[in-house]
Amino acid sequence: MLARHVEERLVILFRQSKVIGGLYRSLGQEGESVATAYALERTDAILPLIRNMGALMTMGVRPLEIFRQYMAKGTGNSRGRDLNIHIVHLPPAGANEPVIVGPISMLGDSISVAAGIAMGARMRAALPASRRAPGEDKKPPLVAMAWIGDGATSTGAFHEGMNFAAVQRIPLVVIAEDNKYAYSTPIARQMAIARIDERAAAYGIPHEMVDGNDMLAVYDVTKRMVVRARAGEGAALVGVDTMRMQGHAQHDDMRYVPKAVVDEWQQKDPLLRFRRVLVERRAATDKELDDVDRMTKAYAAGEADLAVNEPMPDPATVTRGVYAGDDFAVPRVELVKSPFAEDGSSA
Amino acid sequence: MAVITYLEAIRQALFEEMAADDRVFVMGEDVGAYGGAFKVTEGLIDRFGEARVIDTPISEIAIVGSAIGASYMGMRPVCEIQFIDFIACCFDMLTNFAATSRYRNGAGVPIVVRGPSGGGVGGGPFHSLNPEAFFLNTPGLKMVEPSTAYDAKGLLKAAIRDDDPVLYFEHKFLYRRIKDDVPEEDYVVPLGTAKVRRAGKDLSIVTFGAMVHTALDAATQLEAAGVDTEVLDLRSLAPLDRESLLASVAKTSRVLVLHEATRTGGIGGELAAIVAEEAFEYLDAPVVRVASEDSPAPYAPPLEAAFLPSVDKVVAAAKRLVDY
Ligand SMILES: Cc1ncc(C[n+]2csc(CCOP(=O)(O)OP(=O)(O)O)c2C)c(N)n1
Ligand SMILES: [Mg+2]
Repeated sequence: MLARHVEERLVILFRQSKVIGGLYRSLGQEGESVATAYALERTDAILPLIRNMGALMTMGVRPLEIFRQYMAKGTGNSRGRDLNIHIVHLPPAGANEPVIVGPISMLGDSISVAAGIAMGARMRAALPASRRAPGEDKKPPLVAMAWIGDGATSTGAFHEGMNFAAVQRIPLVVIAEDNKYAYSTPIARQMAIARIDERAAAYGIPHEMVDGNDMLAVYDVTKRMVVRARAGEGAALVGVDTMRMQGHAQHDDMRYVPKAVVDEWQQKDPLLRFRRVLVERRAATDKELDDVDRMTKAYAAGEADLAVNEPMPDPATVTRGVYAGDDFAVPRVELVKSPFAEDGSSA
Repeated sequence: MAVITYLEAIRQALFEEMAADDRVFVMGEDVGAYGGAFKVTEGLIDRFGEARVIDTPISEIAIVGSAIGASYMGMRPVCEIQFIDFIACCFDMLTNFAATSRYRNGAGVPIVVRGPSGGGVGGGPFHSLNPEAFFLNTPGLKMVEPSTAYDAKGLLKAAIRDDDPVLYFEHKFLYRRIKDDVPEEDYVVPLGTAKVRRAGKDLSIVTFGAMVHTALDAATQLEAAGVDTEVLDLRSLAPLDRESLLASVAKTSRVLVLHEATRTGGIGGELAAIVAEEAFEYLDAPVVRVASEDSPAPYAPPLEAAFLPSVDKVVAAAKRLVDY
């Protein structure tokens, strides 16, 4: 709900011309973004793409950071140098915090980088104590999770990264999102296989398709893959069957998508479905969920209001921080209480 | 001191840096048991094991991409590109991603990407590349190209210890042809420092890599013709040692820029522009460029000889320059 409200607030800011550049919605995909990340531990690594804002917030990124980024504020993690959810958080080795590498726009590149992060973490475990940070030994083995769109799985970079991770038995879980389109191109023009998860067959790694709008199912499948990766059994791919419910970005009216398809998927909205399940199972009441809805909406609005008034970057800083040795400060990504328990395990 | 080849110097730098710092590791195609296509990494796997000397699939994107990821975790990867021509396969990873990472989010990328560059060995169009100009227009990257064994070792050590991505172009023509004295004790050649290989007062040849030797041979011939030539070895292309460049111009007032990459859009244009912008009043003649011809690198020896800069071409250009 928070992801949806943050995005809806961003739409308002976009219409007020306060968002710089494009706005990319994850409408209809918030459920899978959250449920997949929820299968991780607090100290794992995530490499989301533009439609995975929910994963960022699941790992504890404060919405304020996202508003700052979308409005190119000088206070944001990239200090107005990079777009939307392009934030990077590389915590000190011993910290009980996630590794976050925001979207790499050259689609497919994030897979090898994710593999390298997990490989690097594995190599760190073999370092002598003198090179290890305090607290590092207490952390569970790192699992990296990378999200990738159906279109992006057609890149050579995707293939190289997947194959590398498979050969090296790297603890990497890739979430391949079949949301039916890549910009305007339907998935049938993207691949000749029937199911996106079959991409993984060529790498000899486990793969499974899941109903991406069923949050509990997504969580279950992903959790299984995460657990086996953490146990040293190597990479895996989860194929997510979902639908991009808006255009590629705000400028795209999606006229290439038949209305009947949109209507059909509307019925399968992940938030509505999850709500129904929670109420049916008496995990929550409608009233409680309405309260959560109101609270998250107010929270998103408050965060947006904070960000709006923050300053833009100083033009004099344009060439700062290109190389090391220029101590141009980078604000740390602000993390807030996340669904993870204090000891780092999933709630 | 010990006399070693350029290739041994590179290998020694890898050995010593890996021994001194457990975070340093090597990855690339056939770098393990085989020791690399040119045997640069020979013996590393016996000493450091396959966890730190990683044979990868033929996947330049994955090699560089995973190195970037590992560097984010505090490791110090050294990637070998089997022939530097294949660096084009990971161009995106280097230019769009690695080079911009620190600028975007303050995430430094301490990796080294090294590989055999250059021609003169009958490598043909796909195995003779000098790629520095492809990367010169990318802020965030550093680039070096050694011309001696001493520099090969010292620059590689400096590159590995550097906190930014460094492209290390080693010239394959020099691998076993060049030998010089290299100290036993630890040393580095700092990035961004040029070196005067031969002092002179009539003309400066500004160059780097294998062309340093071409320039020195040309200088010997020019001496016989009464021309006192200075040879400035840039060693580092990014960052560039502008001070040494401008000091040499101020001294000789005539500049010949020499590089092995093809002429149009090469680094020579940039060097000439710096001289024109910052030392115009010192010049007694226009800056002259000697470089490879504007064609792909050909295979047949007579074609390759016609393509590459040569001592004769440098001498002829230098004479035109002093006669201007
Ligand atoms: C290598 C590369 N080529 C083209 C683009 C331009 N581009 C950005 S998003 C996009 C569509 C991506 O579709 P998909 O991977 O299915 O993700 P989705 O937008 O559906 O989440 C394209 C073509 C890009 N970012 N990277
Ligand atoms: Mg898609």
